[in-house]
Amino acid sequence: MNAWIWGIVGILLTPVVAGLVGGIDRVITAKMQGRMGPPVLQPFYDVMKLFSKQNLVLNRFHHDLVICSLIFTVAAVGLLFAGENLLMCIFALVVGNVFLVLAAYSTNSPYSMLGADRELLQMLAAEPMILLAAVGIYMATGTFDINLIASGTHSAIQYLPGVFFGLIYVLTIKLRKSPFDLSTSHHAHQELVKGLSTEFAGPSLALFEIIHWYETVFVMALIYLFFASRPIVGIVAVLIVYFLEILIDNINARVKWDLMLASAWVITLIFGLGNLMLLFILK
Amino acid sequence: MSIKKSPWIIHYDGSSCNGCDIEVLACLTPLYDIERFGIINVGNPKHADILLITGGVNQQNKTVIKNLYDQMAEPKAVVAIGACACTGHFFAECYNMLGGVDTVIPVDVFVPGCAARPEVIIDGVVKALAVLEKKQQEKVTA
Amino acid sequence: MELAIFLIFFPLLPAVLLVFSKNAFFQKWITIIASTVIAAASVLFAIQYMKGSGEYSTFICPLPNQLIMIGDIILALVFLFICRKLPLRRYWIPLLVIVQYGLVLFYDFSGRMPEVTHYLYLDGLTAVMAVVIGIVGTLIAIYTVGYMKHYHHEHPELSNRTHLFLATIFLFFSAMFGIIFSNSITWIYFFWEITTVCSFIMISYSREPIAIQNAFRALWMLLVGGLSFALAIIYLADSGYTLELQRLMMMPVAFVLLPVLLICFAGMNKAALYPFGNWLLGAMVAPTPASALLHSSTMVKAGVYLVIRCAPILKGTTAGAMVALLGGLSFLAASAMAVSQRNSKRVLAYSTIANLGLIVLCAGIGTSFTLWAAVLIIIFHAVAKALMFLCVGTVSHQTNSLDIEDMQGLIASMPYVTIIMLIGLSGMFLAPFGMLISKWAVIQALAIRSPIFPAIVIFGGSLMLFFWTKWFGQLIAIPNARQQNLEQGIGIEWVALWGLAILTIAACVCYPLIGQYWLVPMYGWNPMLYDKIELSIAIMLGLMLLPPIILLIRKKHLVYTTPYLGGANVANPQEFMGSLSSPRPWAFKNYYLTRFFGEEVLMRWTIAGSIVLLILMFLVEKL
Ligand code: SF4
Repeated sequence: MNAWIWGIVGILLTPVVAGLVGGIDRVITAKMQGRMGPPVLQPFYDVMKLFSKQNLVLNRFHHDLVICSLIFTVAAVGLLFAGENLLMCIFALVVGNVFLVLAAYSTNSPYSMLGADRELLQMLAAEPMILLAAVGIYMATGTFDINLIASGTHSAIQYLPGVFFGLIYVLTIKLRKSPFDLSTSHHAHQELVKGLSTEFAGPSLALFEIIHWYETVFVMALIYLFFASRPIVGIVAVLIVYFLEILIDNINARVKWDLMLASAWVITLIFGLGNLMLLFILK
Repeated sequence: MSIKKSPWIIHYDGSSCNGCDIEVLACLTPLYDIERFGIINVGNPKHADILLITGGVNQQNKTVIKNLYDQMAEPKAVVAIGACACTGHFFAECYNMLGGVDTVIPVDVFVPGCAARPEVIIDGVVKALAVLEKKQQEKVTA
Repeated sequence: MELAIFLIFFPLLPAVLLVFSKNAFFQKWITIIASTVIAAASVLFAIQYMKGSGEYSTFICPLPNQLIMIGDIILALVFLFICRKLPLRRYWIPLLVIVQYGLVLFYDFSGRMPEVTHYLYLDGLTAVMAVVIGIVGTLIAIYTVGYMKHYHHEHPELSNRTHLFLATIFLFFSAMFGIIFSNSITWIYFFWEITTVCSFIMISYSREPIAIQNAFRALWMLLVGGLSFALAIIYLADSGYTLELQRLMMMPVAFVLLPVLLICFAGMNKAALYPFGNWLLGAMVAPTPASALLHSSTMVKAGVYLVIRCAPILKGTTAGAMVALLGGLSFLAASAMAVSQRNSKRVLAYSTIANLGLIVLCAGIGTSFTLWAAVLIIIFHAVAKALMFLCVGTVSHQTNSLDIEDMQGLIASMPYVTIIMLIGLSGMFLAPFGMLISKWAVIQALAIRSPIFPAIVIFGGSLMLFFWTKWFGQLIAIPNARQQNLEQGIGIEWVALWGLAILTIAACVCYPLIGQYWLVPMYGWNPMLYDKIELSIAIMLGLMLLPPIILLIRKKHLVYTTPYLGGANVANPQEFMGSLSSPRPWAFKNYYLTRFFGEEVLMRWTIAGSIVLLILMFLVEKL
């Protein structure tokens, strides 16, 4: 019963938290660029506006597929907060992502499809590290059950510094930040127009934003799991990591896909798998 | 109400001398920072609420302007920036020119100047917000 | 027991009948009736055995050994007959035949073969395999009838030998049932070689030079597996242990590891794992039903079936870990190479190798957890992959192309075939079905041991997700202009297509039940219950029902528009206004990442790595 309540609370709170975080993100980014930046509540204004607009579509499926994507991404966050199996949560997130890519493909518009392909590349680059991080947490805490991980007595981070670093590296991909915002970017000046989301308009785009909110919270929760035994430290760590991501976003230009894929995999292998092998040998 | 707080713009540079074009981009810089008002230059008609056009209309770009306008979701507004966009200015007599933007699409706000200053451009966008809001209310009542 | 014997012998009847019926009408009805009978019998068989712990049975038959011996002699002659047209420099092919049959027959004649008391062994795993062959296989057989008609229509230059093709299919059924029901290793060997012959006949069907060449390549590679099988038999006969598969698995590991490894080698060879993966790629020149039947859903499954049977011995040994690594390497390499392929049949072939590799990986580790996953993948893979092959075959008939890029927006021109294809694709890779559940099981089971195996599964799985999603997306990229319907002329194929589609859906919806009521009696526990993920699975399954519903609901508030093309749209949405004021078509092609995952980049390393692993597999035991 408790699990259900937690799951629902997670699902309901996520948009609020993620929207605020997004707003703060934009303010900090503006400050870093010597600007004032929008109000903190700006992401909510944006989404509300998008919902009030006309829903322009190319065919009737592409809006539906965005809805499917939302359903699975929300389910992933719900399962995560309900304390279910970590791997299952990640898989649910992956399914959500897949539907989003399919939505972009279904438009049959060149920019959108190229964005979809690039999004797939981003998944290809990031997914191994995220799953390896789950394996690492398992090796450190002995369980995939998020409930048990969260209530455990020791934190995974002390065994997994390398994995943690690797996860931060691919987090940039998941958060769609430079230098890895290949498929679609928060900023307009991209060679793909808006890539993945080019053809989403009005409510579809609003859903797309909300999906991104849920994704953000999901990966942040992953970071938190590394510090689960000390909640305060965990929250501080999450905040620091997010700040780091904003910093990285602002001091980097976009890279090409091959560099992203190669570097992400090399980091995954060296820091992620290397860390796990060491842990395996030493234990 | 909400549309007033997050007007997203798409900027199209027609047959201009690029003077106004540069001024529009100047609005994004730290000095003017239009993101204060939640304004983002999205560069994609499907996401945008306001179409900013600098420069006049010629035979080549009239369909482009028409297409971009058609691909914007309602409610939407058009702001013509600079003398060129308003009337064609001194390009108007050229053999291939049609004139101002209003020769192909309905324009809601005309921003004068050669080049239009960033302050005026921002002012023009703010005027467009009122137009947008009115259109949105009409949509709600309709 | 009677059912098992019926299943082995009954398919021979239609096979013989088909050899003599050149009339299309007879071919069609013989195939349909025989297929129905086989499917029904296999279902009955499965119901009977799915719960029971294994049952041995003796096959009352005079001189069983002598019969098999005669069979072996005939087979050897058939092989040599096949080799008559061989290019001279492939002299080693008949040599392989002569060596292996020479050895086996020599031992046969010298009477040193140990006695076998139980010729058959029937349990839950055989039930799974029987259903796979009996239902998936026969649906493919029915499809073949329609397919071959088109095939010869398109290739009028080829002589029509459909009756022989169909007869081979039924012969093949008989052999497959033989392999899975037999407990006697000599029997398995006999049936094993029959499937090799069938494979050769089907690959070389068109008799074009490339087909002949690939058929011979498949032949020699498969004969290497046969040789290894023969060596296992000799070893067992010589040491006098036993020739019963089940008893072999109960022997002390140290005694029987070598013959078991030899059998595993044969299994992996048939399952087209690297270094032998290339015969399967070459086999794609065969008519599509052959690819579906032999090279994805059934014959190659015989290979992994054997490895799964060997799991009790492999479990916990270093050699077993090497087997698992070989599977893992094939999984990883084949998934990577599939990314770089544009030809849909080659993508399917590579992904088949990858899935078989994953199954072998599970089997090599051999805990009940991973075996449970392995059997689930067998089921998913058999139905979904067969379905994909048949769809691709149908599409290539209607559009004359196997290129995935040409399938862009196929949903508009061939809606039903595409929907069926999408069902197959979803069953293959979307969580919580198919590969995802096994990925979960492997990661879960192995995370505590060595991170290497989970890492292999994770990387391979990500690559698989990449190429499946890419394909999926291509299919549903809905063209913005009206398309002409290309589905005319698909006849009896629909039966197979819809049948398999329904089976795939059933497998997807019911797999928690299959896992609980069918596989648990086999392996003793249910990982889904054990790890308390049944709730997540239930939620995900429930949510998976939503997309089709959402897609079916008509939306009113949508406003239709044209794609964004930088404002340069023209009346035709597939064109834009070029700089010279004339419309030009735009086109979009996918990433294939050939620089990273191309065959030329990876193949050498894969083959080299797998050979090293093979050598290690046989050597570590000696150390
Ligand atoms: S109005 Fe003046 S500055 Fe602006 S585009 Fe025209 S000529 Fe250039």
